[in-house]
Amino acid sequence: MSNPQEAIKEKSMIIQKEMLGNLFTELSTAKENGKKVVYTFVPGNLTELILALDMLPVYPEINALQSGMRKKSGSYIKDAEKIGFSEDVCTYVKCDIGMMLNGNIGPTGEKLPDPDMLLLSYTGCFTFLKWFENLERLFPGVEIAMLHTPYQEDGRITDDQVNYMVKQLKEEVIPKMEKVAGKKMDYNRLSKMLANSAKSEDLWVKVLESAKNVPSPIDSYFAGVYYMGPLNTAFRGTDMALQYYQELFNEVDDRLKKGLLPINPEGEMKKERYRLVVEGPPNWTNFREFWKIFYDMGAVIVASTYTKVGGVYDRGFRHEPEKPLESLSKYCMGCYTNLNLEQRVDLIEHYIKEYKADGFLINSIKSCNSFSAGQLLMMREIEQRCGVPVGFIESDLVDPRYFSYANIKNRLESYFQMLEQRKIIMSQEATV
Amino acid sequence: MNSPEQQLEKLLDECKTLAFDLNFTYAKDWKKQSKNRLLVGYLPIYVPREIIHAANALPVGIMGVGDRKQIIKGDAYYQSYICHLPRGIIEMALDHNLENFDGFLFPAICDCVRNLSGMFKIVKKGKFTRYFDYPQNFDALIGGVFYRELLETVIHDMYLLNGVKITIENLNHSIKLYNINRRLIEKIYDIRQEFPWRLSAVDVYHIIRAGLVITVEKHNEILEEVVSLIEKDSGEPLDNIRVVVSGSFCEQPPVGLIKSIEMAGCYIVDDDFMLGSRWIQGDINAATNNPVNEIVKSFLEQSAPSSAIYDVANPKGKRLVDLVKKRKADGVIFCAASFCDPALLDRPDLQKSCDEAGVNHINFQFHENTGQFKVIKEQAGTFSDSIKLWV
Repeated sequence: MSNPQEAIKEKSMIIQKEMLGNLFTELSTAKENGKKVVYTFVPGNLTELILALDMLPVYPEINALQSGMRKKSGSYIKDAEKIGFSEDVCTYVKCDIGMMLNGNIGPTGEKLPDPDMLLLSYTGCFTFLKWFENLERLFPGVEIAMLHTPYQEDGRITDDQVNYMVKQLKEEVIPKMEKVAGKKMDYNRLSKMLANSAKSEDLWVKVLESAKNVPSPIDSYFAGVYYMGPLNTAFRGTDMALQYYQELFNEVDDRLKKGLLPINPEGEMKKERYRLVVEGPPNWTNFREFWKIFYDMGAVIVASTYTKVGGVYDRGFRHEPEKPLESLSKYCMGCYTNLNLEQRVDLIEHYIKEYKADGFLINSIKSCNSFSAGQLLMMREIEQRCGVPVGFIESDLVDPRYFSYANIKNRLESYFQMLEQRKIIMSQEATV
Repeated sequence: MNSPEQQLEKLLDECKTLAFDLNFTYAKDWKKQSKNRLLVGYLPIYVPREIIHAANALPVGIMGVGDRKQIIKGDAYYQSYICHLPRGIIEMALDHNLENFDGFLFPAICDCVRNLSGMFKIVKKGKFTRYFDYPQNFDALIGGVFYRELLETVIHDMYLLNGVKITIENLNHSIKLYNINRRLIEKIYDIRQEFPWRLSAVDVYHIIRAGLVITVEKHNEILEEVVSLIEKDSGEPLDNIRVVVSGSFCEQPPVGLIKSIEMAGCYIVDDDFMLGSRWIQGDINAATNNPVNEIVKSFLEQSAPSSAIYDVANPKGKRLVDLVKKRKADGVIFCAASFCDPALLDRPDLQKSCDEAGVNHINFQFHENTGQFKVIKEQAGTFSDSIKLWV
């Protein structure tokens, strides 16, 4: 395994780092400044509602993945296991609980404020519900609002489902948020934020779709997880997020015009050998090593499903300022893990065809049944429909015990050989 | 004339056969007897069987294959870190055990069962499959309205297949039958609370599980007979402790495991093995002009504590401790399926509630096809001895 060097960063990444740094500083002084703090989740997040009421969001999954990247998750997980959490369950939950048991020190080393509210926007993952039941017991008496997001079991969003969600928002979620914030929702402000969200989403889609070009100017998975950050977390709907996406788009567009390849932590890729679509979240504990296996082999991820957990904008959804609550409801229901399995297969098939992918790879995550259950069938379906080589590796989100570098590298090398072989055969067939 | 013991044994044999008939022979024969009958399979934990019954359909509980069927294809559909239940169910689907089933309902209990609903769609099993997304909002005007719409969707699914329109009268009739069913099951638990030696936990398990694959009318007859037989004094009490088993609501423990707990000196005086049959606590009003609403109301207000239900307003820990007190149990055995996020994520808090209430507990995990029970028996035996000696 190589020694990671200081990562090379694009300007947009530096902007994002500043945005996050400022947020964590603001969070660390939230109590003294009288700011209310809301813990909530990324998929189906209601960031605009939180920000429109001048509250600050905290995302436990983001804390967990940051702990994973900073090599702290292993000990947090063990601490959670010591108090009775099974080895078998979601490691995001255990990492988060472990972090709280250790003083709730956030990724920047500053203590995160206790929540004034738990906003359980329960989208696409049943474990979220259990996670917040556990958090409620760690912070007894905290205000807690639950938004049940119906699953798209029939492959579509129905009027009944939208009505159900809007009623929950109107009659339970927003009144509770207003009570905690000590102010009424300003719907004009909310609409303006949603208009901003839609503009950022337009830019984000352009960035994602730049990967349809051969070669692609971006990596939609490893770099994509950074690109999606502001839209999926505390900044959607803000001017800052819009500026970030404008900057990101300009950078990508510039690279595209110059025919440049994606940037990775060691610099710019020189040759695109394989174009892949990836399903499943990345591993966070060994993120750099994991990424390196790909860029060393010239593999570029041209589309990924993980970057759609916070919204599948590239299939047309936009937040609508004219219908704020309906639009937020549809947003929640449209997130990737809230799609049924057939929809997920259709989406992947679309990516493989539209993005001219050479192969499809699943990184199956031990912790995440929402993603993982059914992936082997999805893989077969894709193989049959698209005729591309499929690959399958296993790791975990933030439990370092489940990342085996040698195994993963071995498997990926075999997979890349298979892709190479196929390219040779296809080029031979083309010349015959 | 058979003795009461012989009568009970005969009934128990019948139930045992029915409970583990993975070809669902009774259900399939029932369907053949009339043209517009349907079979609607459902997964753990709960679906309102009343609406299925009222639509001239038979609700059939599909509780997994346990240790009764070798998994070959199923393992190719699931990674090693996913619980065992769905791989057995997909094996059954691919092996045609579920042939002649018209529809399938997948209750919203976890992501594995949710995604299994999608797998059934992809492999095209059943004329309809529904992810049964019951509400996690318990306000009648919000979650209640949504749930009613969900029920109507399923009613419509069945109507499209057999043309049977559910009337007020026939739904009220179905509600009455399931009220009787739940009352009789509770009666068995109540008798066992006082006299657990009259019927073993394994026997109770077979009796209730059999009810998932036969008509409610037939099951009620069996239950009535069992109640009348165990009301009479029989057997001798053993020096056992009394335990509640918690956590096995979906993937079912192998019968050998239940037997091992009992043989280790524990009377199981309550459990959540067949929770779906006991989900609604108390009767549903069967005398209204709006029986669908009564079913909705019962879900919102009378649901049993479960890891599948958002519980912030009514914490499970307290409800478990209340159950321990009600059953005069000496302790709790937490016994959950491996890789079951809902049960295992609940466990620390449930254990904490037990600790705070001074309730002793142990825990272990299982797969539905676990074959070795020695360690479990030793653990349960030590638990039993420690309570007998020190508490």
